[in-house]
Amino acid sequence: MTLFINARLIDPETLTDQIGWLRVAEGVIAETGTSTPPQADEQAREQAGEQAGEQAGDTVDCAGKCLAPGIVDLGVKVSEPGERNKESFATAGRAAAAGGVTTMITRPDTAAAIDTPEGLEFVQRRAQADAIVKVRHLSALTKARAGAEMVEIGFMLDAGAVAFTDCDHVVTNTKIFQRCMTYAKSLGALIIAHPQDPDLSKGACVTSGKFASLRGLPAVSPMAERMGFDRDMALIEMTGARYHADQITTARALPALERAKANGLPVTAGVSIHHLTLNEFDVGDYRTFFKVKPPLRSEEDRMAMVDAVASGLIDVICSMHTPQDEESKRLPFEEAAGGAVGLETLLPAAMRLYHAGGLTLPQLWRAMALNPAKLLGLDSGRLSVGAPADLVLFNPDAPFLLDRFKLKSKSKNTPFDGQRMEGKVLGTWVDGTQVFAA
Amino acid sequence: MTFRQKHLLGIEPLHPEEIRTVLDLAERYVDLNRAAEKHSDVLRGLTQINMFFENSTRTQASFELAGKRLGADVMNMSMQASSIKKGETLIDTALTLNAMHPDLLVVRHPHSGAVNLLAEKVNCAVLNAGDGKHEHPTQALLDALTIRRAKGRLHRLNIAICGDIAHSRVARSNLMLLGKMENRVRLVGPATLMPSGMEEFGCEVFDDMREGLKDVDVVMMLRLQRERMDGGFIPSEREYYHRWGLDAEKLAYAKPDAIVMHPGPMNRGVEIDGQIADDINRSVIQEQVEMGVAVRMAAMDLLARNLRAAHANPEVMV
Repeated sequence: MTLFINARLIDPETLTDQIGWLRVAEGVIAETGTSTPPQADEQAREQAGEQAGEQAGDTVDCAGKCLAPGIVDLGVKVSEPGERNKESFATAGRAAAAGGVTTMITRPDTAAAIDTPEGLEFVQRRAQADAIVKVRHLSALTKARAGAEMVEIGFMLDAGAVAFTDCDHVVTNTKIFQRCMTYAKSLGALIIAHPQDPDLSKGACVTSGKFASLRGLPAVSPMAERMGFDRDMALIEMTGARYHADQITTARALPALERAKANGLPVTAGVSIHHLTLNEFDVGDYRTFFKVKPPLRSEEDRMAMVDAVASGLIDVICSMHTPQDEESKRLPFEEAAGGAVGLETLLPAAMRLYHAGGLTLPQLWRAMALNPAKLLGLDSGRLSVGAPADLVLFNPDAPFLLDRFKLKSKSKNTPFDGQRMEGKVLGTWVDGTQVFAA
Repeated sequence: MTFRQKHLLGIEPLHPEEIRTVLDLAERYVDLNRAAEKHSDVLRGLTQINMFFENSTRTQASFELAGKRLGADVMNMSMQASSIKKGETLIDTALTLNAMHPDLLVVRHPHSGAVNLLAEKVNCAVLNAGDGKHEHPTQALLDALTIRRAKGRLHRLNIAICGDIAHSRVARSNLMLLGKMENRVRLVGPATLMPSGMEEFGCEVFDDMREGLKDVDVVMMLRLQRERMDGGFIPSEREYYHRWGLDAEKLAYAKPDAIVMHPGPMNRGVEIDGQIADDINRSVIQEQVEMGVAVRMAAMDLLARNLRAAHANPEVMV
């Protein structure tokens, strides 16, 4: 039993941010309130607990710092199986805990794709054994993510897959994609897709425009994202399958998303924290830690994405955690691997948006915890009574200089290296048990 | 005399005064190269390695000759045939070479930014001899010297860069250099070979060759880089020649004393009419080759001075 007092409670359901208290019992949120904390009751309960042989609870004085639901990070790559040298469930779990992420939703784009129930069982077992936070798994949508044959969607659901995705591979054959959707619809399965026209974006590593032309790098028009999204929306209209766009990163795609939602299509969308806090110019002198997929966009696009999260048009913010070792990044920009680690930097980077006035803390937690949990049918991501006590206590104002070698991830490829950040995690709890303390 | 660079990676970091310094020194090397005795000792005792990850005959020969005329020990490495094939990374290759203590490293690489990456890992001075579609600084400098000698100045000129802009590092370096020296630059070429956002660099973009060439002082043609194309930029070479190839009729739109330039190698009958290329009254293409050696001598001389200054006084970084 733990009682958190003097906490700034960030509640994404009611979109409130107020001082209060929260009591955890048996791993779930038992009570919350904004009046005086129930100390007398607490003592009485403790006595009752002691009588029953239970351990006495402790009180955490939050000293006015923020207490929010633990982050549910949709789309984390853990590199197991296949590339454990880049990240393991143990290191990813510790990184998540240090970053206030209490549930990692892992991607199936591992060196052998997670496309069979046996493969899923393997990662579940590894996660169970080594990760100190909760882990749920995504399944591939097609075998080997090759876009030719659908996986055993029924078996995968039974085995615990929370959604189906080929990650950054686009199922180019519309007939096959349509069948996947129709089959998924009949089972109520969620499809996560990467909206992108794969021919237009082939070989591109930056967004077209002045910067790309100056650097002489192969570039893709931002329109490729809208084209991919438009195609997918037509298929959703045909099949009625539940669809989540992994990352919407361009302003041009937003009206299409808005229209789809207004027409009642079962559609949601996400965006990575990098596309909310960085833009194309950050690549600077060919800095490969800023090579992500889709590539960083213009400042106008970035601002439009922040507004879309504020209005709720974009539902989910994720870290798109993609570990890459030094060797994969120490190459000419075109040849370097894409992706950035993000589990530990998601929260401090999100604080940039809060301090800049773009988003409130409850809005951020709606996108980082509540919405992804709802989308995947998880009961976490909220502060309401009865929800699991997955919590993060943080100081949104604490400044620090980010040193990538201090990250707990096995891979250190963060674009925020050497940057001034604000926002430190003070403690993380999973089912009421503390898994991280600063 | 001002030249504060450790490397010559591109035109972008250069100050106009530094560009003038290179050109002024190159003028002196033009005279040396025309003399009967073409030798100087300014690079004596220094080792120059030419590392070409991409095929080159002209540029490599030009750098080799420049180094030899200044007394450097010059070594050529054709990197396509060596360790890259065995899977060695660019960084490892750089570190291996660095351990041999070269002083000047001349690098050409097929990927944009690769030379910048390499320069971070070595102690010597690095000269970019062309990286992907990014920069080719010595080409822009030799073009500038050619223009300055032919026109008597390098400012307030109308200059058209024509053809395959998208795949051209020569176009990017030239655009930057000519802009820094306060010229009016036009880019002329098919829309499919025009990179996006070029108007934002302060130049005018033309699709029509005749319109683009109207009253210009300098016509700079580019090679159609068929080997870099992944298909479908232009319908055919004969249509390209018809619409964008430089012939007497199109050249007539330029000023009567306009000069014609080409970085070579030329595709005669694709981007330029053979007769125009050979017209000694208009074409300065052979002069460009001559200026190339002089400009490279000047650039290596200046970098070597900074290198020696850094050796003598390690506290002061140039």
